[in-house]
Amino acid sequence: MASQKFERRSSSTEPEFTTASLPDIVFMLLIFFMVATVLRETDIKVRTQLPQAEALTKIDQKRLISKVHIGPLKRGENKGSTAIQIDDALIENRRTIRQIMYRKLQEQPKLIVSLKVDRDSEMQIVNEVQQELREANALRINYSSNREGPPPS
Amino acid sequence: MAGLLDKRRQNREEASIPTAGMADIAFLLLIFFLVTTTINVDTGIGMTLPPKLKPEQTPPPVKERNLLKILVNAQGDVLVEEERARVGEIRDRVKKHVLNFGQDSDLADSPDDAVISIKTDAQTPYSTYIEVLDEVWMSYREIWDRIAQTNRLPGPEGGTAGLDQQYSSYREYYTSLEPEEDNKIRDAFGAQISIAEPDTGE
Repeated sequence: MASQKFERRSSSTEPEFTTASLPDIVFMLLIFFMVATVLRETDIKVRTQLPQAEALTKIDQKRLISKVHIGPLKRGENKGSTAIQIDDALIENRRTIRQIMYRKLQEQPKLIVSLKVDRDSEMQIVNEVQQELREANALRINYSSNREGPPPS
Repeated sequence: MAGLLDKRRQNREEASIPTAGMADIAFLLLIFFLVTTTINVDTGIGMTLPPKLKPEQTPPPVKERNLLKILVNAQGDVLVEEERARVGEIRDRVKKHVLNFGQDSDLADSPDDAVISIKTDAQTPYSTYIEVLDEVWMSYREIWDRIAQTNRLPGPEGGTAGLDQQYSSYREYYTSLEPEEDNKIRDAFGAQISIAEPDTGE
């Protein structure tokens, strides 16, 4: 009696998951990651190992940011001299910073200048850049730094 | 002849592109983008530089007692009000200075009057400067944390900070703010941190 009951239950066809919608799910994830990905558009020619800090603020609006990289030039193994890079170009004459920043400020009045300064830099160059930023009236700055944690080797 | 062709066509199955491999291709692309994506949010210490002074302008006077001077020299040594100090001490010194409310005659009159001035040497390492600046900001953060937790302003008068609820930390309050909303804690208890003018080589 009991065995009959069991036999009746088992069906002839093998139970299967429907995998037809799997590509849809995968595509959705794919599209999300494609949209979220930001490919680095500028080639950074200076080394910027950021300092670590605790009192951090996030800048959510990416389009307000203009980055200024300050650090030693990447030249193979040995460190080059300290240089400033804005967007794609190295800055030869520091006086040009005020013109660049003034132009950027015209386009984006709420400009935030993100200073990406190498931790081994000296304050002199940072001060010089800050004076230039004051000349251009680009007063909102951000000392880019990482969350405190184990120091990167 | 035509009839024969027709017959053959009828027998043929409808052509279709095999879609079984589609998922594999999509997975491959997905994995590529997963690996290359870095969802990084820019973090840092926000500051506002003082506006450029006109030549005839003099910097606004600050009473000596309201000013807490922090000097960092080329070796990374720290002087707080002309005394050697460790970086770790700065946080408490700043808090004591800001939350003095006129008690000690050497410290600030009120939090609104208090100014923290950081001055660096040309050869000061940038990392030390950030460390010092971070400590100063953290002491304000700790004060703001207390305001967010208790919804009361510090000091003898105290009074409510006007928050709609109590938060576990300033960060939680800050993230709950709408983009256009005013930051009530910072409006009520602002931080005045000044980066001193660098010496121009005298």
